Amino acid sequence: MPTITYVQPDGTRREVEAPVGSTVMLAAVRNNVRGIDAECGGALACATCHVYVDPAWMDRIPPAGEDEADMLEGVAGERRETSRLSCQINVDAALDGLVVEIPAEQG
Amino acid sequence: MASGETERPRTTPDGPAPDGLVDSGLVVVGASHAGVQLAAAAREYGYPGPITLIGDEPDAPYQRPPLSKGFLAGKTSEPDLALRSDAFFAETGITLRPGTRAAAIDRAARRLHLADGTFLPYGHLALTTGARARPLPASFGEPPGGVLVLRDLADARRLREAAATARDVVVLGGGFIGLEVAAALASPAPDSPERRVTLAEGRPRLLARSASPELAEHVAARHRAAGVALHLGTAVDAIEQRDGRLAAVRLTDGTRLPADLLVVGIGVIPNTELAEAAGLACLDGIVVDRHARTEDPHILAAGDCTAHPSEFAGATIRLESIQNAQDQARTAAATIVGRAQPHIALPWFWSDQLGMKLQMAGLLDGTDRTVRREKPGGDGSDAKFSLWHFAGERLRAVETVNLPAEHMLSRRLLALADGPTPAQAADPGFDLRRLLKG
Repeated sequence: MPTITYVQPDGTRREVEAPVGSTVMLAAVRNNVRGIDAECGGALACATCHVYVDPAWMDRIPPAGEDEADMLEGVAGERRETSRLSCQINVDAALDGLVVEIPAEQG
Repeated sequence: MASGETERPRTTPDGPAPDGLVDSGLVVVGASHAGVQLAAAAREYGYPGPITLIGDEPDAPYQRPPLSKGFLAGKTSEPDLALRSDAFFAETGITLRPGTRAAAIDRAARRLHLADGTFLPYGHLALTTGARARPLPASFGEPPGGVLVLRDLADARRLREAAATARDVVVLGGGFIGLEVAAALASPAPDSPERRVTLAEGRPRLLARSASPELAEHVAARHRAAGVALHLGTAVDAIEQRDGRLAAVRLTDGTRLPADLLVVGIGVIPNTELAEAAGLACLDGIVVDRHARTEDPHILAAGDCTAHPSEFAGATIRLESIQNAQDQARTAAATIVGRAQPHIALPWFWSDQLGMKLQMAGLLDGTDRTVRREKPGGDGSDAKFSLWHFAGERLRAVETVNLPAEHMLSRRLLALADGPTPAQAADPGFDLRRLLKG
């Protein structure tokens, strides 16, 4: 099962096993990773699952769709080049080892 | 939990000494979105005592919104519905007890009696009992086979199974549940049989309780285009059965619709019986204050089951939404640990149907003018527009279609004391984001 590492704003790291077919958001919520609120449960309706993807991984993830890109303009935390909504990042075998950072602010 | 004696949360000022309270712990009734959020937030805010979450359904907590959307359409499987993992409950030390039904609250002894004859002592009790689907009126008699509702996972399983072979589907109720069911069943998977889907709504338009006439009209047009026959302003007159199975639905306008599946989506009834029997005030919901407290300082409530004061509405309201469940649950958890975090969240809601993403923020009550903003580039179910509803000059509600980013923006604008005027909203050259700065 692919492993995803979540890095908290204070630098704390947490590795989580994420089943293929889930999302980076779901794996976090189901495993008590703090700081990913995901109020809408992944319906692309709330922008509270914002993460920063480790730059080394940006090319290996399909780019954000139009709606996601628009919503990233309105996130509460700092908007970076590497900003993504984690509900839109589907887990597959190629994502084993992915590292994402959690912003200081959500929602 | 790194919480020592001195860090124990204080209870409400009129409650007894905190030690006994924390030792008895927090018992949450209802393993719903609100219940799970409440338990999780209490732990996150540092609640040091035991937390027990009971639910009367046999399954671990699951996400409800997909039940009427992806799950019914066959795109979402049961494992995908999980709200949290076993690891989550183990790590947070929250004892999950599915298949456990609460029977009565003994407020004097602070005990929750369970249907199996045992009881749980509590320091704080949180009621997140949700709501149940409103059944057909009793005047229709015992419903025959083929008449279903949709509220929980068991309902969704039954409905998905029945829909697999149904040819003639009638949906009763033009609210969000009825529309999402009609949408899911009108767009069948390639290998399923052709179905006729008809939706009957007693009021003259769709979404009469929850959306503007303009949005309802758009939704109606999309459903008709998807092949859903709409009968508006028409109630069910009688249900015909043959050998204990549904055969047809007769409407008050005289129409007779042959049917092998009738889905009843005519609203919900809040589950207030446990609270009522304990003598707690209930008025279409368990009455709570802005801190999610009932009149008993040891008992709180959150989610669809509550009637609560809304700062935004300026009235006591009951909301059926994930947003309210989660925000109010966090408020309740904060109250339990002695942190003041009043429930003042802006109401918002979404629905996905027929490829459309519908989102609403704020409340329509009292609005008297509407500004429509178009974004070119799509038509039919791809049309992108928003409806900005004002009471006088004050922005009160915004509905967006296929514009999730504008929905996000509208929520921030609705929270402003000085939001956009109707003239600003109507001006395509005016950048609404300017209002958020400075």
